Amino acid sequence: MNLTLYVWRQKGPDEPGRLEQYEAKDISPEMSFLEMLDVVNEDLIKGGKEPIAFDHDCREGICGMCSQVINGIPHGPQEKTTVCQLHMRHFKEGDILYIEPWRARAFPVIKDLIVDRSALERIIRSGGYISVHTGGVPDANAILIPKADAETAMDASECIGCGACIAACPNGSAMLFTAAKVAHLAMLPQGRVEAAQRVCVMTEAMLKEGFGNCGNHYECQAACPKGIKVQFIAKLNREFMKAQTKDTGRRLVSEPFSG
Amino acid sequence: MPFLKSMVGRKIVMAVSGLMMALFVVAHLLGNTSIFAGPNGINAYAAKLHELAPVVWAYRLVMIILFALHVYYGIQLTLENQKAKPQVYAVKSSLSATFAGKSMIWTGSIIGFFLIYHLLQFTIQVTNPEISAGRNLDAVGRPDVFHMVVLSFQKSFIAFIYVGAMIALALHLTHGIQSFFQTLGLNNDRTFPVITKSGTLAAVIIFLGYIAIPLIIFIGILKG
Repeated sequence: MNLTLYVWRQKGPDEPGRLEQYEAKDISPEMSFLEMLDVVNEDLIKGGKEPIAFDHDCREGICGMCSQVINGIPHGPQEKTTVCQLHMRHFKEGDILYIEPWRARAFPVIKDLIVDRSALERIIRSGGYISVHTGGVPDANAILIPKADAETAMDASECIGCGACIAACPNGSAMLFTAAKVAHLAMLPQGRVEAAQRVCVMTEAMLKEGFGNCGNHYECQAACPKGIKVQFIAKLNREFMKAQTKDTGRRLVSEPFSG
Repeated sequence: MPFLKSMVGRKIVMAVSGLMMALFVVAHLLGNTSIFAGPNGINAYAAKLHELAPVVWAYRLVMIILFALHVYYGIQLTLENQKAKPQVYAVKSSLSATFAGKSMIWTGSIIGFFLIYHLLQFTIQVTNPEISAGRNLDAVGRPDVFHMVVLSFQKSFIAFIYVGAMIALALHLTHGIQSFFQTLGLNNDRTFPVITKSGTLAAVIIFLGYIAIPLIIFIGILKG
């Protein structure tokens, strides 16, 4: 099939960018979206032009690198799918596709479709550690965890940190990402020890990185390739309120520990 | 970081002040329904409120504080959010964000300006002095609130302003009520769908209740 692409091209972080038109010719429906871009890039290289720069790594839908907004939807129109797992069979002959990088102040564009997502790393780092015993392998089931809690923690831990939630959010808020990380650890007894500090310092780190505030629009949930639910944001809010009742939470709010 | 500087803390202030004002909106609507009992209903209700002046003023003071907090943090958060998203997409599809949610700052502003007009009209009574309740007393010597309201809403311009403002209020509440529960962490898999639908239903009921008064007067069912 043949498609028309409008791709965001930007030489560097401080350069102005613009959408440029490309033709994707003879695309097989079995190709992934990234493979389609590989084909377009080969044509560009043959023609002596600069190929489109885009992030990718595993191409298995688990690394969260392929940060592209396709026709206004992060990771494209297919629900719960990353760009690498989006196949061209979901498009049809003659489709016009707009491909843009994640847009948020905290995600500066490095080049073309590549943005700097290290703000998410810094939020994770601000969350610090969990207290666990080192040494020998603990006995299985030494710490009992209700099945439902383990499942919920697993659901939250599915977050791959791709940033689609921020790209989709009208406020550029990283609330769903941070909520997934906070909820994941807060659901488990191993994460309870530092739960109060963690929610305070991580939300503070989010604010300092220049992310916006959550406006309860739930665009994040709809865009998430891993189906992380906004109920985790409610969980984060509960954890924050609980932390206000604790001295440790309050003290560490003003003295965030650096990872 | 102090509570009132934190992300979640300020959202909690918005949620709690918003819900308390929404509860006032419900109480105000219930009071207003006394107009359907005729001049004796709403004039007696207004006279009773005047007798309870200290309580009413304490109540007003609380409402002013809530309103100020809601406006201050609402503007502050909106400005921060706009700064966090400096560049828009060439093409953007909304997946679940609603018009009501995205227009909160605008519907909020409309409600704010309407509130000023409403207070000037029916509380301070300076917009239409010829029909003000303070100057025109009813048969038993009470301020004639009934005729002030009826004569006002017979004017299409005033009825139109009120219905328009109530559309803004309904949109604001549609997003605001469900948002309160999410911000206070009261949502889980079980409650989430129920809360969203109930919030919209409550907004619709409040809207219908409020527009009933100007519309019923304007179309002439309730006469002076």
